[in-house]
Amino acid sequence: MEASLKARTPRPANGPLHRLSNLLYRKPNLYLALLLIPPLLWFGAVYFGSLLTLLWQGFYTFDDYSMTVTPQLTLDNLAALFLPANYDIILRTLSMAIAVSLASALLAFPIAYYMARYTSGKTKAFFYIAVMLPMWASYIVKTYAWTLLLAKGGVAQWFVDQLGLAPVLHFILSIPGVGGSTLSTSHLGRFLVFLYIWLPFMILPIQAALERLPPSLLQASADLGARPWQTFVQVILPLSIPGIAAGSIFTFSLTLGDFIVPQLIGPPGFFIGSMVYVQQGAVGNMPMAAAFTLVPIVLIAIYLSIVKRLGAFDAL
Amino acid sequence: MHSDSSAQGRASWGLKLAAWGGLVFLHFPILIIFIYAFNTESAGFSFPPRGFTLNWFSVALARPDVLEAITLSAQVACLATAIALILGTLAAAALYRRDFFGKEGISLMLILPIALPGIVTGLALLAAFKTLGIEPGMFTIIVGHATFCVVIVYNNVIARFRRTSYSLIEASMDLGADGWQTFRYIILPNLGSALLAGGMLAFALSFDEIIVTTFTAGHERTLPLWLLNQLSRPRDVPVTNVVAMLVMLVTMLPILGAYYLTRGGESVAGSGGK
Repeated sequence: MEASLKARTPRPANGPLHRLSNLLYRKPNLYLALLLIPPLLWFGAVYFGSLLTLLWQGFYTFDDYSMTVTPQLTLDNLAALFLPANYDIILRTLSMAIAVSLASALLAFPIAYYMARYTSGKTKAFFYIAVMLPMWASYIVKTYAWTLLLAKGGVAQWFVDQLGLAPVLHFILSIPGVGGSTLSTSHLGRFLVFLYIWLPFMILPIQAALERLPPSLLQASADLGARPWQTFVQVILPLSIPGIAAGSIFTFSLTLGDFIVPQLIGPPGFFIGSMVYVQQGAVGNMPMAAAFTLVPIVLIAIYLSIVKRLGAFDAL
Repeated sequence: MHSDSSAQGRASWGLKLAAWGGLVFLHFPILIIFIYAFNTESAGFSFPPRGFTLNWFSVALARPDVLEAITLSAQVACLATAIALILGTLAAAALYRRDFFGKEGISLMLILPIALPGIVTGLALLAAFKTLGIEPGMFTIIVGHATFCVVIVYNNVIARFRRTSYSLIEASMDLGADGWQTFRYIILPNLGSALLAGGMLAFALSFDEIIVTTFTAGHERTLPLWLLNQLSRPRDVPVTNVVAMLVMLVTMLPILGAYYLTRGGESVAGSGGK
């Protein structure tokens, strides 16, 4: 009896591992510090170090004739951001980011609303996975799929021809600012690809916001005599704004920094991302590229300060 | 008061159509990739497909450039995931319970690499590597990927920590286990599936990343960079289609796995965005 009891008691802890873990349990501050040091070192040295280097190099001088960079500090790169040509690039990217955010909110809302209010159990799980799968599916392959869809003689064309909608498509493509010579070289095509790729990022935060909405509020609204659409406009919609704002952070900032989609689909004309890429790569002007990365950072900071007021951060 | 959704009436046809139509919109392009991978046509994208063949799979998998890209991407993803697992778990263990000065700042710092556009992270890393005289290559790709994968692991592990009652740990200590035994027999088994889920998602994210990689890859070519390079080559279309389908599978299957490993929690893996 005594022997079996003895066998079950844990062996006295005396290995170095045991002594170390006991020491850590007794000294929580030491424990915390040891936990934090590796991630802090990595992010401090690798990530913030890199960001600061980038920022610093934005003030370096690029010599147009010798095509070399000298570590002579200048404000020329920042000033160059305000040239009309660069202004166009910024405006083009910004308007696309806003258009994509608005459209994805419109498209995402019914999906999120249906998910949150009319599905439960297995159907809800199905919807959840059905939104997560395309969200996580390879970005470059999704973009490639759209080049297949929009290509001349491709899938979209086939459907348009089968449905006899060719004149409609022709008309849409002839609208300036929306169209282009073909679907795959039109603003509309590029917009559709962006909308497609970032849509799941909008659905999930809206769904989460609607999910948190207490049913008692809706019942109260109905009890107080509101018609369903009044409840929708005056109760549901305002309470889902934080979710929409949270989702728009993704759609806005992801569109703003992209350079692969604009390169593959749509009319010529740089986006902010393409400008950074070309300045760094083909031109070799790292200082200008570095200065240009400030544009999305500043735009996103402004955007975040706006949506923060809408409660976006509580819905993330 | 029940919060039964069926008590709130039925969805209108318009809403149903919009919701299911949205799902079709989300999945149709993915379906296209799966269809075209088996297309007999050797150039061009005509629709409907001409015929069914498995031939291009053997052609693609015999190409040395494809195999090299697959190997590189897999190696990078494995190593980046390993680093992310360690750093993400440490950060989660440090942040989940205790309040201390700078806690908010640290969680913001972890999110920053995926919150800032990829071009910023990519260019910043390139600028730093160049300044330090590090030649871009596999090592620099891994450093970049690990940096933005940490938050994926962190999110999964901290969600699990919050679900795990701290009294379990206290009970273990009260019953005479030391710190190491508590870690080995209580904490680790509880974290297991969250670590696996986070690791799978980090792997998928790394395997697919292209924007940061463009800047940090140097002359190396990961699978997404190989794909991007292929898009301007009309003769290679069938091989591209096959590889595209494989990449699609590698990035989609982990989310299914992660979902089943972490369901039931208040926050399911992957919902925090990539």
